[in-house]
Amino acid sequence: MANLTLVQAINLALIQEMEKDDRVLILGEDVGRNGGVFRVTEGLHQRFGDARVVDTPLAESGIIGTAIGLAMGGLRPVPEIQFEGFLGPAYDQITTHAARFRTRTRGTLTCPLTIRVPVGGGIHAPELHSDSPESIYAHTPGLKVVMPSSPYDAKGLLISAIRDPDPVIFFEPKRIYRAFREEVPEDEYTVPIGEARVVTEGEEMTMISWGASVIQCMNAIEASGRSIELVDLRTIYPLDIETIARSVRKTGRAVIVHEAPKTCGLGAEIATLIMEHCFLQLEAPVQRVTGFDTVMPYYKLELEYLPDETRIGRAIEETAAY
Amino acid sequence: MPVKTVYNTAIESVSILDEHGNFDAKLGKGLIPDKDVVKLYEHMCVCRHLDEVAFKLQRSGRMGTYPENRGQEATSLGAAYVLKPQDWLVTCYRENAGLFWRGLPMESILLHWMGDERGNAIPAGLNVTPIAIPIGTQMLHATGLGWSMKYRGEDGVACTFFGDGATSEGDFHEAANFAANLDLPVIFFCQNNGWAISVPSRIQCSAPTLAQRGIAYGMDTIQVDGNDLFAVVYAMKAAVKRARTHHRPTFIEAVTYRLGDHTTADDARRYRDPAEVESWQHKDPILRLRAYLEGKKLWNGAKQEAIEAHAKETISAVVKRAEDIDAPSNVDFFDSMYVTMPADLRVQRDTMRTSSLGQNPAELQGAPQPAAAHVAR
Ligand SMILES: Cc1ncc(C[n+]2csc(CCOP(=O)(O)OP(=O)(O)O)c2C)c(N)n1
Ligand SMILES: [Mg+2]
Repeated sequence: MANLTLVQAINLALIQEMEKDDRVLILGEDVGRNGGVFRVTEGLHQRFGDARVVDTPLAESGIIGTAIGLAMGGLRPVPEIQFEGFLGPAYDQITTHAARFRTRTRGTLTCPLTIRVPVGGGIHAPELHSDSPESIYAHTPGLKVVMPSSPYDAKGLLISAIRDPDPVIFFEPKRIYRAFREEVPEDEYTVPIGEARVVTEGEEMTMISWGASVIQCMNAIEASGRSIELVDLRTIYPLDIETIARSVRKTGRAVIVHEAPKTCGLGAEIATLIMEHCFLQLEAPVQRVTGFDTVMPYYKLELEYLPDETRIGRAIEETAAY
Repeated sequence: MPVKTVYNTAIESVSILDEHGNFDAKLGKGLIPDKDVVKLYEHMCVCRHLDEVAFKLQRSGRMGTYPENRGQEATSLGAAYVLKPQDWLVTCYRENAGLFWRGLPMESILLHWMGDERGNAIPAGLNVTPIAIPIGTQMLHATGLGWSMKYRGEDGVACTFFGDGATSEGDFHEAANFAANLDLPVIFFCQNNGWAISVPSRIQCSAPTLAQRGIAYGMDTIQVDGNDLFAVVYAMKAAVKRARTHHRPTFIEAVTYRLGDHTTADDARRYRDPAEVESWQHKDPILRLRAYLEGKKLWNGAKQEAIEAHAKETISAVVKRAEDIDAPSNVDFFDSMYVTMPADLRVQRDTMRTSSLGQNPAELQGAPQPAAAHVAR
């Protein structure tokens, strides 16, 4: 066991998978000598060399497009996109090709690639360094979308993602890259893709979240003094409706918290699934505490935008009182 | 049939005032009147001071991430000097000197990097675009702006700035192709400063020059010493003329160097050889311009002291204006979204909530609206 940050846990997972499987290689902007702008790939270039940790030209479409080719060529590429705001140029390759190759070729050509992307706000960064686009990719059939909220899950989920036969977008909440440490086994282990985690058990209501917002939820729950069951999705697609429904059937109330804008955010999907699965048990309308339907503001106002303890607390009280 | 060469080309590189103080009198003759050289030099000194102050503001927690401009002042300034008010300057984020020369208030740039969107408000009539964070996207906008001026029969030119790294993005190639093939008045000004964060320009382009990228699209292309204000002005004058009179684009590769880290979030010691940085210190555009002016008896120690005092005074007033601005209202980020705010967004703005909406309409208009309209932390 080692006491690791989320960054260190991901770094360890990468090292272990690269040592175990020489088909695994890393490509992206500044991932080599510099160890990535967040230092997630720190030390890997020295350890594995130029051929396996590759500084590419500055071109996200190129990074993902060639990663698709590498994957079809029998390798297990782990491309990095430097910030979620720069997925834009890669969007075409991700959605029109990575997500479709398996079905388009009736399973003969596949894209086992893991796209690592720092995500979300809260670090006082410039424009386009703070967005939360996960629902866009969850809305793209053919992709798996993962977002851990703890070092333990990050390591186990990343190993699962790299071994997964299909393309996975692995979002890393940068706000909690170094916010806290956790015991992480040195040995390899996996956390299955598609399984949510019950963070705290409770009776009064269910709270559903993922990524850095999970930490805000934990604080709000503690401040409320109420018995609330917190479900961390961990995987955004495929969504673990079983765990959510089991909890909501028990509590009868649900609050969903995410950083992304409200309209067409994942909260809408989850609220509908709850309605489909738990209609008869519901005792209050499902609430969404989310980012607003605006462009993510520059950092002077980012804390106004991001769901915080106060806004979540208010939804808790209103849901309990309903 | 013998194999024949169907195309041959050569790339010219222009240097007028080199780092040793040599001045090419033929090329430089009449290029910039002496009184303008003095003004441009003074402007560079003030911009350099702002850059140093901005760096310190970040280090002392008074500003967010900031990209130092140090060492690259001559490029955007030389371009802005040649452009006319009707022309557009479409930049990325290392072009303070040119933007200020055109009239962008200095505190705008500080506010931007202080995370305050009010820094993006562009004074009416000033043809510049906001700082472009996504690399390599803005050249297409310049191409469209140039197109719009040609369409309206105006003689304006759009000049866009971007780095060596940006030339790897697909959008750059699309912009160059559009501008060349549709005959548009666009100047592609590439600041090849050797690095894209930690990645050397060799990874962006394995041809001997980046200038070759312009040739590939069939446009006129030139390389200049980007730390030489005269060479930049020389190339810009030719490019502007070509664009204004013939609606033809030009690619300018300015060879320069990023003396600082990529941004304050970066530590270039991790990947750059200190000897390389050291060698470029001597090629600083400000140093050589000062030596040139002194040689022509247009400058002296007293004038230097005076401009440094002026820079200090100017920049401390700029910092004061940027820091003294009232905190933005907490709903500031809603207000520029649409001309007519959608009803649902209006409710979010007025309540600062996304939960409990539509459940109890009475409450929405009623008393408890705790988060609305307070001033941000
Ligand atoms: C589309 C996109 N990808 C990645 C980034 C992250 N990034 C910011 S600056 C930069 C390097 C830019 O290099 P270059 O174009 O040479 O400009 P310079 O910073 O050297 O002036 C990178 C990779 C970004 N801002 N936008
Ligand atoms: Mg560069």
